[in-house]
Amino acid sequence: MLSVPTIGVLAIQGGVREHLLALDISGARGTLVKTLGELNGVDALIIPGGESSTMDKLARTFELMEPLREARASGMPMFGSCAGMIMLADRIVGAIEGQESVGGLDITVERNAFGGQTQSFETGIVIDGIRDPEHEFEGIFIRAPWVVAAGESTEVIAKISSGPHEGRIVGVRSDTLMATSFHPELTADPRVHELFVEMVRNS
Amino acid sequence: MSSEISTGTSRVKRGMAEMLKGGVIMDVVNVEQAKIAEDAGAVAVMALERVPADIRAEGGVSRMSDPDMIDAIRGAVSIPVMAKVRIGHFAEAQILESLGVDYIDESEVLSPADYANHIDKWKFTVPFVCGATNLGEALRRLTEGAAMIRSKGEAGTGDVSNAVTHMRKIRSEVLRLSSMAPDELFVAAKELQAPYDLVAEVARTGSLPTVLFTAGGIATPADAALMMQLGADGVFVGSGIFKSGNPAERANAVVQATMHYDNPDVVAKVSRGLGEAMVGINVADIPVHHRLEDRGW
Repeated sequence: MLSVPTIGVLAIQGGVREHLLALDISGARGTLVKTLGELNGVDALIIPGGESSTMDKLARTFELMEPLREARASGMPMFGSCAGMIMLADRIVGAIEGQESVGGLDITVERNAFGGQTQSFETGIVIDGIRDPEHEFEGIFIRAPWVVAAGESTEVIAKISSGPHEGRIVGVRSDTLMATSFHPELTADPRVHELFVEMVRNS
Repeated sequence: MSSEISTGTSRVKRGMAEMLKGGVIMDVVNVEQAKIAEDAGAVAVMALERVPADIRAEGGVSRMSDPDMIDAIRGAVSIPVMAKVRIGHFAEAQILESLGVDYIDESEVLSPADYANHIDKWKFTVPFVCGATNLGEALRRLTEGAAMIRSKGEAGTGDVSNAVTHMRKIRSEVLRLSSMAPDELFVAAKELQAPYDLVAEVARTGSLPTVLFTAGGIATPADAALMMQLGADGVFVGSGIFKSGNPAERANAVVQATMHYDNPDVVAKVSRGLGEAMVGINVADIPVHHRLEDRGW
């Protein structure tokens, strides 16, 4: 794989710009992916935060959902934050009627599990596998999902470490897929994106 | 950062608005409309008792919606639910926060409660969106703690012209600031009637520190595409959907046009066969004292 991979950000809706900026400082070239042609031109894909029901609906309307599944099945590395985690989950709790996902991560994810916006929060998170892992990452959780259950092929890389939700799984990865409940793209800390770029280089 | 849990921070409030970007927020007055909006791919709904077109037609004092109505909509959809309070009516805002709504719109569409002061929005955990017709007004709202700004187009008219004016005005004022010499920013702050620190931040970054949505008078997919091309981060649609001939189709079309705002082929395709748009009122025909954009200061 190229030393400076081209990583697309799925630009249906949501925090697209922030991921592009984060990729800029993480050793990759970021680009928008709105169409099949654009998807075919990237080495890997980030699915940003936003509303998962909106992304699913529009991905199907514009015939992107099957190509996304095929790309993922053929080994394209993908990283999803928040709604992106829901999009990469095999099973969703609290989905709207008929809601689908790209899937690929053997996890069950619950939408809005921490509650509504008044329960959205920041907290320090320890993430396995990133540079300086002992140095806490600023976890920003916005109407965030959590992982109810993760299959054996899935490595848990982050959990909430204190408070009422202590122990909840908020970061997972497999060989080519990674997902976080929180939004690393809303911080100036590039370590999660660096980890994904490394996964892309090794794929 | 520590492993303590902090709610209501600026990053959490502004970040929530960032996640709505590229999306459509729809006014809904009941559960059925909220479901239609969610199914169409709306990123949030605004729960209110009367859409702006009806407020305009019926007149009288317009207030925060009944908590029962807001709760019913919160129970029916999984996307964020916003609700409106009167300008300056912090007690209505306290009620909405206690109900657990996801965002509060301190809105000129309702009758103002305070003709001098807006709500001190820093006191709340729930984030606020406020309207602005120009950069100075936007920065004053941010100073009061707003986490999201929208234009103040003439709600309930189906006439997009004021939203266009506000969007162009805010953008050109941001560009003007970013081309100024540092010693000119002090006077710029005075002229904008906004704090120097915020003015200097806008000049340095070349953008507002929060997202800027468009609102007021958006009635068609083409209106949404126009506003997105003028630099809006996303779209509020009020009366435009549920006062039209075929709300479900139109809701789908506006959502799709907002995603593909820069692709005329898509906007053309979704504009076909939508039936009647809402009946419009030209802003120029509305007596000046009935115009909403002048509410808020």
